[in-house]
Amino acid sequence: MTKGDPKAENRRKQEQGIRMLFFLIATASIITLSLIVLFLFMEGLPIFKKVSVKAFLLGKLWYPTSDPPDFGIFALIMASVAVTAVASLISIPLGVMTAVYLAEVASWRLREVVKPVVELLAALPSVVIGFFGMVVVAPLLQDLLNVATGLNLFNAALMLAFMSVPTICSISEDAIFGVPAELKEASLALGATHWETIWRVVIPASISGISTAVILGMSRAIGETMVVLMVAGGAAMVPASLFDPVRPMPASIAAEMAEAPFRGDHYYALFATGIVLFAFTFLFNLVADYVSNKYRQVGAATL
Amino acid sequence: MKESAEIQRAIHSSAWPDKHRGRAYLQQVVFLFFRVAAVVNGLALLIVVTFLVAKGYTAINWTFLTQPPMDSMTKGGILPCIIGTLCLSLGSMLVALPIGVASAIYLHEYARPGRGLRLIRLGINNLAGVPSVVFGLFGLAFFVVYMKMGTSLLAGSLTLGALTLPVIIGSAEEALRAVPDTYREASLGLGATKWQTIWRVVIPAALPGILTGAILGVGRAAGETAPIMFTAAVFFTPSLPSSLFDEVMALPYHIYVLATAGTEIEKTRHLQYGTALVLIVLVLGLNLIAIIYRARLRRKMR
Repeated sequence: MTKGDPKAENRRKQEQGIRMLFFLIATASIITLSLIVLFLFMEGLPIFKKVSVKAFLLGKLWYPTSDPPDFGIFALIMASVAVTAVASLISIPLGVMTAVYLAEVASWRLREVVKPVVELLAALPSVVIGFFGMVVVAPLLQDLLNVATGLNLFNAALMLAFMSVPTICSISEDAIFGVPAELKEASLALGATHWETIWRVVIPASISGISTAVILGMSRAIGETMVVLMVAGGAAMVPASLFDPVRPMPASIAAEMAEAPFRGDHYYALFATGIVLFAFTFLFNLVADYVSNKYRQVGAATL
Repeated sequence: MKESAEIQRAIHSSAWPDKHRGRAYLQQVVFLFFRVAAVVNGLALLIVVTFLVAKGYTAINWTFLTQPPMDSMTKGGILPCIIGTLCLSLGSMLVALPIGVASAIYLHEYARPGRGLRLIRLGINNLAGVPSVVFGLFGLAFFVVYMKMGTSLLAGSLTLGALTLPVIIGSAEEALRAVPDTYREASLGLGATKWQTIWRVVIPAALPGILTGAILGVGRAAGETAPIMFTAAVFFTPSLPSSLFDEVMALPYHIYVLATAGTEIEKTRHLQYGTALVLIVLVLGLNLIAIIYRARLRRKMR
């Protein structure tokens, strides 16, 4: 490609144009994300003309259809936090242990079976899991524990746990699998057992990946909609016990949006709830991104 | 992986002095817990699937699959839901596949490490983390109201397209990564330009992997409920969709409505089981196809 050759010059320009085009398309994700933020705020902020931010976030009463209405989402936030926390108590050990099993313990053949199982578990539609929680788990809980309703915090957390296990498991497994073999070999050569090597070497070396996995798993749980809509029970109150019915934020949005008058206060309040929910997951994702970049294990040098 | 299994075997077979036997037992106990954890996952999947198959297969017959709902949805079939879900998920792929593959090509073939790349990746990761109900709110505010599409197949497909975009980008990038650099070097060495190389060499080689991602995307879109609740799906519509601006019925939304909103929840139980079974057969089937196809691809690559 000598300079001045018009054909070559043309081709160079064309290549640059194509490169530019692909760059523009690649920004689609950021543009979509920005539009999501923009429209959430556009439709959500008007509620703060009626109630203050503080009263909205900390108000304990959510009676959007009474007269006068109460728009306090504290109970909804607490419900979301509670189901996510309880779900994490189940999903973190289960997910990380399955990841260690896949990366370290399982034979190659078993791995080829268990991995697809985890992937299929991730693929189960949330509405099906919610349905299962409603018709199977709820009556079972009601009979076994003799509680008022089987549609409660615990049931929702249990179903959510199984939805976040695949996320936690697959990201943790990648991290554990990526630990350099020299590290393990050194530990084994010093006489440590395989388990001691996992506990003292492999897990510390992959802790940033495991943390990322846990955070993203929790993010998935707090944002999950259909499960909490169908099995959490729907009572907008701050939960006092594990078996109280609750109404997490996504459930409130999904259940009420259809009835909320278009661009009325209730509609704005639901979008504002969407902002709060989005803020939670956005924060989780930023922290996950930070952790995975900042504490990335680079070879053996930083251990 | 293979070496690790060999190391493991060596440890198990070595004679442990009495002093250290406790450590060996501890390992066996801990590993037992790990195995149990893996089994619990399998059991969860097995229980959900067998339960739905056992309860749902009696509802499934030719009428169920080929007739619209009748008698205010207490009888009849789910044909409009099947068609609606197929239209929505294929529509979402028409949106997400070109954009997703092009994004992946930029990220893997063109982009150089730097702040711009970090920003795009951050955008994709955060988009992947947006709750599905927030996608629903966005679709309602942007596509349905602002773009004046109304509750329609089009608005639903676009919303689902935005939701599946990160899935498509992720799998397309993996497919591009699997194309050996020697392919690119050979093509460039013959004097082809970068774009000619991508179009004639890289994309054909990555196509099977990209296709796997598209199948996974269809499966994901087919199972989502919250994003279509306010943008495309309705309780009931007597006609099949004939234009992009029609409202549609959809399998996941149908399950939700029958199970929670109807006055005759108990009476339609068998329809709910049947619909749920059709949905998981569709979704898990697509995923199984993708998993098997991918496993065969990897074997071929090796």
